[in-house]
Amino acid sequence: MQKPKLVYTTFIRTTPKKLWAAITKPEFTRQYWGEMTNVSDWKRGSKWEHHNPENEVWITGKVLESTPPKRLVLSWADPDDLADKSRVAFEIEAIEDMTCLTVTHGSFKAGSKMAGKVSRGWPRVLSSMKTFLETGKGLNIFCK
Amino acid sequence: MQPFGCVLSDAMNAVFKALADESRRKLLDQLHKSNGQTLGELCEHLDMTRQAVTKHLLLLEAANLVAIVWRGREKLHYLNPVPIHEISERWIGKYERHRLQALGDLKKGLEENKTNKKEK
Repeated sequence: MQKPKLVYTTFIRTTPKKLWAAITKPEFTRQYWGEMTNVSDWKRGSKWEHHNPENEVWITGKVLESTPPKRLVLSWADPDDLADKSRVAFEIEAIEDMTCLTVTHGSFKAGSKMAGKVSRGWPRVLSSMKTFLETGKGLNIFCK
Repeated sequence: MQPFGCVLSDAMNAVFKALADESRRKLLDQLHKSNGQTLGELCEHLDMTRQAVTKHLLLLEAANLVAIVWRGREKLHYLNPVPIHEISERWIGKYERHRLQALGDLKKGLEENKTNKKEK
């Protein structure tokens, strides 16, 4: 196993099922992920896409593993630079009345530009997700 | 496995307590430089005993500032910036963020400039 590059964990007062839905359902992601959506049937081998509100594809990839509501592994690439592919794993674990989410982003290609781009994004998305799941309202993650 | 300490409402206290110590900030700096290090690798760069590093790492883990990934029998430590982001969300308004970013970049740019001049 290659050493992953980025690892994030957050504890959220929610259930694994709600957390899974928060990642996979557009009606939820829209509310905390800067109006972006993740679109797929979330079956292993299927395509998945990360869309902006105009339905333009920002990130594309395949569902490499899908075990709701525990583990989701995706390949991850900019559609304009498909060779710069990486891999994201979401791991969800219930701990007492909390749910621990671990996001591991790794397998970056040498000289990848993606690592730099996402390392600023993930902490924002994850703390916004936590706020959304706990209060029903996400944070403004883009500084426009 | 993640510790339970950070789970409850005192999560933020744990983060502040962890960050209050200079040695622990140095550990985080090390991970910021090179993410995913083992205890042995971290010890190489720090003027601390292995026991002290272990103790500090446990506190950082409890505050969820360090995330652990096991690769076989190797325990890799990762800087987890999510709790720090949560702290900034608490006091930084949504319209302030890009101004603060601009000020931060300006400070960094000017200071880098100064160091460069000194070197010359």
